[in-house]
Amino acid sequence: MDAKKYVIRQISIFSENRPGRLAAIAHALGEEKINILAFSIAEANGFGVVRALVDHPEKAHDKLQSLGFNIAFTEVIAVKMKDQPGGLYEVAKILGDAGINIEYSYAYSGKDGAVLILRVDQIEDAIIRILDSGATLLERSVFH
Amino acid sequence: MFWDKKTETLKPADLKALQLKRLKKTLAQVQHVDFYQKRFAEAGVKSSSIKTLDDIRKIPFTKKQDLRDGYPFGFFAVPLKKIVRIHTTSGTTGKPTVVGYTRKDLDTWSDLIARNMTMVGITEEDVFQNMVNYGMFTGGLGFHYGAEKVGMTVIPSATGNTKRQIEMINDFGVTTIHCTPSYAMHLSEVAEEMGTTMDSLKTGIFGAEAWSESTRKTLESRLGVTAYDSYGLSELFGPGVAFECPERDGLHIWHDSYLVEIIDPKTGEQVADGERGEMVVTPLVKEAMPLLRYRTGDVTLIMEDGCICRRGKKIARITGRSDDMLVIRGINVFPSQIEHVLLKIPEVGNQFMVYIDRINHLDEMTVDVEINRDSFSGELADLANLQKKVVKELRDALELRTTVKLVEPGSLPRFEGKAKRVVDRREVV
Repeated sequence: MDAKKYVIRQISIFSENRPGRLAAIAHALGEEKINILAFSIAEANGFGVVRALVDHPEKAHDKLQSLGFNIAFTEVIAVKMKDQPGGLYEVAKILGDAGINIEYSYAYSGKDGAVLILRVDQIEDAIIRILDSGATLLERSVFH
Repeated sequence: MFWDKKTETLKPADLKALQLKRLKKTLAQVQHVDFYQKRFAEAGVKSSSIKTLDDIRKIPFTKKQDLRDGYPFGFFAVPLKKIVRIHTTSGTTGKPTVVGYTRKDLDTWSDLIARNMTMVGITEEDVFQNMVNYGMFTGGLGFHYGAEKVGMTVIPSATGNTKRQIEMINDFGVTTIHCTPSYAMHLSEVAEEMGTTMDSLKTGIFGAEAWSESTRKTLESRLGVTAYDSYGLSELFGPGVAFECPERDGLHIWHDSYLVEIIDPKTGEQVADGERGEMVVTPLVKEAMPLLRYRTGDVTLIMEDGCICRRGKKIARITGRSDDMLVIRGINVFPSQIEHVLLKIPEVGNQFMVYIDRINHLDEMTVDVEINRDSFSGELADLANLQKKVVKELRDALELRTTVKLVEPGSLPRFEGKAKRVVDRREVV
């Protein structure tokens, strides 16, 4: 099995927590006609990290970097969830039982159902466990 | 009241004679220090050519940087076995400045502090709570021994635990306190929150940072004390160099122990009485670590008029610095120290900005620092750890808690020419 095809590249952007920073990022992506598929902001003491799945991560990376943003790629996985009560539990239980830690996560609910984006400490292990359990992982080709 | 009336009220001619005698002794003492031997040779000056007090102008200045270069014991004029105490103070970069004391120095120093306290009417009847740092900072032990010499009942409460400080003031009937003016404001507020007053207090000695006349009024009404300004620096023993008398119009500097010049910091030329400049001091009574023409960096003037208390000429309250040294909660900080710390942390850039605010009467320092472009892993936790690391490194170097803000690379101002990295938003004195 090629676990790598399930590894998705998220872009992570360092941002000061002040007005206009998100607008600047979003404007740059819009200019390049890059579509944001999923997105979250994590904030700490005075700064934050904007995390996004986009359809053209390389292009997004180069554009934001050229504008002076601090940007890095982070590997995540995307699990299809049942868009119904108990859907999240099924996924979380698989990882919990396997002793895999979720560092952070965010979700979106699109026309093809709900998707959970996960950053885990052991990505290959997580992919195997999730597939073994019969759940569906989205391939990176779905996004980029 | 006088502690040493004869010395404190010497007639000008007698004072000059005593100063010259002591200057000559100091000149002999500095010959034990390699730095001064070299300095004299380089300047082509012989100590025998210093025949009058005015001749001191032939001698080059000693700067804080010189002391730093002598780290740790390069300025000691006596063997280490004769040194009975060491204190340190902030250096301009990584290393602190070391000061040493012989047994006689400690006796001389505490005697000067006894003069100050006696001058404002403090006696052995008084109970004294010393609310400053007792560690390497000279303010703690300096005042402690001076107060004991006067015979006061001394409470070495040091800093922290403000509620307990207030309880002790009330339980022990404390009449006299010594602390930074900002801590005194904090003390009064905590007492108010506790719903208590500190009725036994009479006298407040405030020093180690600049404070205004309006702060004096506020402190006096809130604490019920008469507030006195105290001045000193570790290189000249510590506190006790100059102090206000009951007139509270300028500070008496002990001319028998400190030869004072006011200079234009740019040209190094002396300015006339009444003109503001940088104070340069030659201590006349130091044994372990004699210094010549030490640049204090403090800006003041010699007041032209005498004082009705009959002590010598006063200096005005310090109005600023001729260099970029900051005083944060009584601790000296040089922007170059911050730069030095940041240089050692590869994940952050070397550009920084410092903001100083007074929040609830306490100084707060915020340092903005850029993260390096290639050190960003994409993880928030790594950034949070980096932030903690910078806070810790700064605390270790400055002995000061700071707030560190990580900012985007390239977002801080770049300076052409002289950098203005410090924004002091505290109330102007």
